This record gives sequence, structure tokens and C-alpha cells, in this order.
Amino acid sequence: MSRITTPDTTLSRRALLQGGGALVVSFALPPRDASAQTPPPIPPALPTKGFAKSVAGDEVDGFVAIGADGRVTVFSGKVDLGTGVRTALTQMAAEELDLPLESVTVIQGDTGVTPDQGPTYGSLSIQNGGAQIRQAAATARQALIGLAAERLGVTPGSLLVKNGTIQAKTGGPGIAFGDLLREKRFALKVDKDAKPKDPALYTLVGTSVARLDLPAKITGTFTYMQDFRVPGMVHGRVVRPPAIGATLEGVDDADALSLPGVIKVVREGNFLAVVAETEWGAVKAAAALKPRWSPSATLPDQARLWQHVRGSKVSKDDVTSNVGDAAASLKGAARVLAATYDFAIHTHGSIGPSCSVAEFKDGALTCWTASQMTHALRRQLAAMTRMSTEDVRCVYLEGSGCYGRNGHEDAAADATLLARAVGRPVRVQWSRADEHGWDPKGPPTLIDLEAGLDTDGAVVAWSSQFFVPEGGAGNVPLVAADLANLPHETALAPGNIVQNSAIPYTIANVRTVCHRLADTPLRPSWIRTPGRMQNTYANEAFLDELAAAAGVDPAAYRLRALKDPRGTEVIERVMALAKWENRPSPKAERDGDVLRGRGISYVRYELYRTYVAGIAEVEVERRTGAIRVPRFFVVQDCGQIINPDGVRSQIEGNVIQTVSRVLKEEVTFDRSAVTSLDWASYPILTFPEIPEVVMELIDRPTEKPWGAGEPSAAIVPSAISNAVFDATGVRMRSVPFSPVKMQAGLQAT
Amino acid sequence: MAQPVSLHVNRRAVSVRVDDPETPLLYVLRNDLELHGPRFGCGLGQCGACTVHIDGAAVRSCITPLSSLKPGQAIVTLEGLGSPEGPHPVQAAFIAEQAAQCGYCINGMVMQSAALLSRNAKPSDAEIKQELSANLCRCGTHARIVRAVKRAASAI
Repeated sequence: MSRITTPDTTLSRRALLQGGGALVVSFALPPRDASAQTPPPIPPALPTKGFAKSVAGDEVDGFVAIGADGRVTVFSGKVDLGTGVRTALTQMAAEELDLPLESVTVIQGDTGVTPDQGPTYGSLSIQNGGAQIRQAAATARQALIGLAAERLGVTPGSLLVKNGTIQAKTGGPGIAFGDLLREKRFALKVDKDAKPKDPALYTLVGTSVARLDLPAKITGTFTYMQDFRVPGMVHGRVVRPPAIGATLEGVDDADALSLPGVIKVVREGNFLAVVAETEWGAVKAAAALKPRWSPSATLPDQARLWQHVRGSKVSKDDVTSNVGDAAASLKGAARVLAATYDFAIHTHGSIGPSCSVAEFKDGALTCWTASQMTHALRRQLAAMTRMSTEDVRCVYLEGSGCYGRNGHEDAAADATLLARAVGRPVRVQWSRADEHGWDPKGPPTLIDLEAGLDTDGAVVAWSSQFFVPEGGAGNVPLVAADLANLPHETALAPGNIVQNSAIPYTIANVRTVCHRLADTPLRPSWIRTPGRMQNTYANEAFLDELAAAAGVDPAAYRLRALKDPRGTEVIERVMALAKWENRPSPKAERDGDVLRGRGISYVRYELYRTYVAGIAEVEVERRTGAIRVPRFFVVQDCGQIINPDGVRSQIEGNVIQTVSRVLKEEVTFDRSAVTSLDWASYPILTFPEIPEVVMELIDRPTEKPWGAGEPSAAIVPSAISNAVFDATGVRMRSVPFSPVKMQAGLQAT
Repeated sequence: MAQPVSLHVNRRAVSVRVDDPETPLLYVLRNDLELHGPRFGCGLGQCGACTVHIDGAAVRSCITPLSSLKPGQAIVTLEGLGSPEGPHPVQAAFIAEQAAQCGYCINGMVMQSAALLSRNAKPSDAEIKQELSANLCRCGTHARIVRAVKRAASAI
């Protein structure tokens, strides 16, 4: 059972008499045993209104609270989506406060108590979220030393912090954090000049601390979003239209209502759902409903998807780089090459379909959700229900990995409408078909490239055009709000997909333009490495085409055009790791039933942070066109590493997941709706198909920590395409690299 | 009308009341018995997240209706295999190898692997991968999972 504790929020009389400067906040957080391997505490159900805990992102109290027992609670707006960020943030905070790991608890993504640090996306949880927490902790540490110095009548410089106690460097009894603050607020702004700890003194950061959540997850004691229950809760299932844009003309609910335990059939515009006492009862009732939907055929013919994308209305052009005069130099080049690349629509493919619980109590809404953006969701739910934001609280619970904006927020909106309709807490669990059919999709990407070479084969001009939807990383419109015709956003939000359309190489004449399309076939959102993956795929595969045209080894060709020492280092190290053989592609001998090759790729993520270089080894079966990736080499430099094993785990995941996306994945649809509604119609990589991932990390403890959750995915499609070319002489310019496409290429050579 | 059904779960006899004898076992384990190990992933027997042991064999509980169970069959879930304090060797090996990211699929990985090791104490890499070929992981934790199964095999 999920235990819910209700902390009391008390203001001491003294504090009130003294005015606002020293409000006392007492947290009755769930107890935690000494082991660092306990499950994360269920965030306490706090009242939404009138709670004194600061959630300000510029105040120490927003991020850090110290209990009388000296235990520290860290409040993080960034959440752990299964990447291990909670463990890493615990390391960062404990390090800065000189506390053992088990003295620090991280509360994540609860709009009632955590600051809004922005959504958990873009590989920014450590780089931005962790940096804010580190600075708040450094400020707290500085303040605690100041308080101790005052108490002891000594200078702050004569004190040191050790294990939650401040004492004189010369020895003697110390004062514990808990005694110094006595649960008072810090009432301090985060001091941007507070000096964080010298990395040379780190004992926790930079070490592979074991994930705090894994023992519970591996023994079945962890409470995922899907496990969460509240008293009096009932179960909802949604019934989505069979065609996007269809109108619900009527529903025969007699059979559904005759089933045991069915509470209500909820219809609001085109939003249709059932609520029942039991989950299975809701599943059966949903199947027993007989809705009448109008026909609707709003989608393009999938067989002509790329013509459709090319013909879509362009709302604006974003010029992402413009150096020299690419058009003129193309005209004057000794050789000009051109190619078009495309990348299919992908689904997030979370193993657990989206789920949420919503409850209305005393005019306020509490929504438990695995959303990567609880603060933004809170505003969306408030808008949808026409409630004040203050009356809505979203509480994060870990769900199945989401890899971007999947269906979690939509399930939250579903649960909210149903809880409002039946006046009881409602849990909504999406079906597999709901998830595959209705999670927002990674949009189709079409890219034209052109380059000019001089007589030595060097690139003198580079020009590219990307056909991608308009919009950025805003709020993705909620399905329920759309169907029920309630207030919601209508703008597209595919993520910052223009990133990495410009290139990391020094070329005299470059122009890269993103044609932002006013529409795209399915509701778009971001999926791991959005845009950066598709754009890097085209850029790095096309660069490989130029190297082949010049007859130059593709690694050497890159190094020649790269003027960044850290970039050069990752490329040279991955070449050494993979025992790279210096020669042009394709291989001279391309005989036999199984063709083998290798390909290289490089990215500087968003052109300002993490560096990754990778080499794919592939095998292509001539008879079937099947491509295998037995080995993949990676070298990454993401600056300061917080948890090396955590970073390794992210790189392994990026490579395996992206091999899956590149070799297998494509959302299919007819003119009405998505047709790839299960794992048979949308297969992903299985155990016998996984590559061995061989890697080296470059740690730079004195540098800033940069993101590690996405960058290494960016290089995978191009490395595989380049390796296939090396093996076969066939250039794969269309993701996924299906056996059919591979066979067609082989037959054409 | 709700009917009583007797089950043997994690070495205990339990009784639940269900409206529908075709209710999949998964729903009873999760909702009536409040177990968190077996997980809903697809309801189609395609992903393996719901895997439990029935008389020692790995079974997809999402497509196992209660009506198909025979009296006295022993059902074991992830919780029945071991605990945080006393993990099963397979669970201990998964923890040692840090073989989970989001962990949603891990129930199935552990249950399937434990069933394999009870039949084949020293499986090869290829045998492990074949055994797990119908268990899906989206985070890309596969290599660690294979390492964990090998570690468990050497520990048992």
C-alpha cells in the first residue's frame, strides 16, 4: 500500500512575533532508514493553499531545508525519468554540504514544494537543475558557517564542515547543522558568488554511487505512478476516436452500464470515457461502449509522406548559420554534390502506458503524475478546468521511462476530467493502443543538402535546408482538452528541433536554413535528442559522402575541418578505441554473403556543450538486406562527470535505443489515425539484436557538468549509415534502414 | 455477481472476489493483492513486464485469465522471489550490475531470468538473449541485464 503522510505546517509564535524573517517550517517527511538504498519517499500530500514552504527558484529555502535532526531535504523541480538523476542530485547536494549521502533526501517535481526549474528535458537536469541546487547548497553552507562563527565568536575562515557538523580547524566540539538552524528558514537569496567546493576535495561527486532507487525497483517494493492508490479511488478508461478529428455523434452505453461496478459513462464533446469501481471493470466497460463517430480523414497518404512534407506551408525560415556566401561558392566549386535525407515519425514507446490519479478536494485539484514537467502541467490543468493555478497541485511520481513528452500529461488531463465528473479520485491507465496511438510523435524530418568541393576535395561550400514543423519546446496541447473543447494551447511544440542544423566544422561558406512548417501529420512533441538526432544524421552522413567523393578517410576528413581541441580529442580517442583503419570508404572488397564495415560520426551537442564521437561496426546480410550492429564505440566529454556509471548507463541506453529507432522504427498511419498500435506493428530492438557498447569517458572535474542524457544518441544514425556505406557502397538516406530499403540499394549497385 | 477465488501467491493462500472469472491474473495481483512487482505493459503478452512464475514457469499474467488457473498452482511474483533485505540471487545480481534505468520492465527481466536459471544453471550469452527475446526494454539496459544474469548464474 502506498502510505501518504500529511505534514503539519506550523508557524512558531516567536517567529510570528519577529515578523516574516524567520518563519519556521516543519516537515513531517516520511522516515528513512540509514540505508542509502531505500525507495524514494512518496511526496507528502500537502495542502495547496497557505503552505509556507518557499518554492522560489532564487531562494535557498526553495531548494534546501534542514531538519532538527540535521537531515537535509533537497527540493528539485527536475525529476528522475529513470536516468538516475535523483541519485546524481543527491550526490551534488551532499557533496556541497559535506554530508553523507544518506543524510540527504531529494523531493522531486511537486509543485507544492519544489521550485519550477523548467521541464526535465534537453539533458539539462545536471547542467542547469543540478547547478542551481549546487549553488543553493553552497549558499546554505556559507550561511551555516556564518551562523557557527557567530555562535562561537570566531571568524568563518577558522571553521571547517565535516559530516554535518561545523567545528574549528584546530579541533574541539562542533555544532551540528540541525542545532544551528533549528528548522528555521534560511531566508536568503541564492548567492551566485557563494563559492562551491573545490572539485579537488570531492568525495562523492565523480564516483559511481549506486542508484538509490534500484533495490526497491528490482524487488518490487518501489511505488511507480502506475502503483499509486488513494483511498476511495476508482478507475477510468478513455475511449479515443477511431479517426483523428472525428465527431462523437452518439453513444449506446446500455451494455456498458449493465456491467457490474460501472459508475459512469463520461461524455464531454468528443471526450469519451468510463469510470468503474475496478480497473478490469473499466476495461470491459470501455470495450462494451458503442460510440458512433463521424468519418474523418485528415492525414496524408503515408506512401507520399515526403512529398506532403515538402509541399507543406512554410510559416517562416530560421537561418541557423550563415557564413561567407554559400550560393556563390557552390556555383564556383570544382564539384557539387547534393543529397536528400529523411527520418521517419517515431513514438516514445514507453513500456508502461501513461497513467495518472486526480482528486478534487475542497475546491482544489491534486494530480499525481509521471509528467516530466509538473509545473507546466499544473498551468495546463488550471487552464483546462478554468481553475486558479494556486488551486492545482501536481505531484511527480516516477513512471515508465518517457524519453520526452509522451502521454503522461494527457493521462493527467483525462484523470482530471473524470475526477471532476464523478466527484471521486480517479486513476486513469492508458492501454497499449492508447499510448502507441495517441502519445505525441517525433515529427517527420526531411533534409536537403548541397556542398561544393575544391580540386583537392576540401569542402568550400555547404548549404542545407530542413523541413521541420514550427514551434519550440512549449506545452503540447492536451488530448482531453482538445476533445472536450476546453481551453488549451493550439501551437505546435516539437521541441527545439533546429538545434544542430548548423555544423561544428570550419568551412568558409555555410548556409543552413530551417523551413518551419505550419503543420505536420500527427501531434508532434520531442523524443530523445529531438532534431539534434535527425539533423546530425543528415549532416554527418552527407559529410561522409563528401569524404568518399574526395577519396579521403572519413575520420581524417572530419579532423581536417574541425578547429576545436576537445572535439578533436574525442574523435582521435574513439579511433584508437575502435582500432580505426585509415582508408577511404567504401571498402575495396565487398564480396560474400555478409558485408562488414565501419562508420564514424561526431557531434558537439547544440554546438556549445557535450562532445561525442562514435564508430559503428555493421554487418549487412546481402540476401535479406538485414543490417546488424554488433559493436558501437563511443567517446564522450561532458565536462565534469557527477556519476561515471550513471553516464555510462545513459550512453549504453542512447546507443541501443537509437539502433532500434534507426533499424526498425516507423509509425504507420492510414488517412484517419495511427495504425501501429502495438509492439507487433511497431517492433523495437530485442536482446539478440543489441550491440556491444564500448566506451571511454573523458572527465574534466574542474569544468562545468554538461548534459549526458541525450548527446550520444545524436551520432548513432549517421555512424550506422556511414558503416553501411563502407560495407556495401550503398548510402542509406532514409530512416528506418529497413531490409527492403537495403535490398533495393544493393540491387541498384 | 462477485465470486470468491482461491489463489496461492508468494507461499500464502489468499482469497479474492471478482466479478469476472476471465479477469487477467495481473489485475488481481496488482489491485486486489496490492503487489507492485508485476506490471501492466501491453495487456497483449508482447512485452513481458507482467511476468510471474506459475509452478516455476515464467508466464505472462496479463493474458492469463483466472479461469485458466488450476487449484493449488503456486504463483510467485517479484516480491515473493526476494526482498530488499534478502534479495534472490538474480535480484542481487541485477542490483550489483545496476541493471535498470527506469526499471519498469525489470520485473519481467528478473522473473524470466530466474525461470531460465532454474532450468539451465549455466546459460550462454546466446541462450540468455534468446530467453529474453520477448521481454522488451526501451531504456536500452539490455547489456547490463545479460551481465546480471551471468553474474547470478555464477553465484547460484
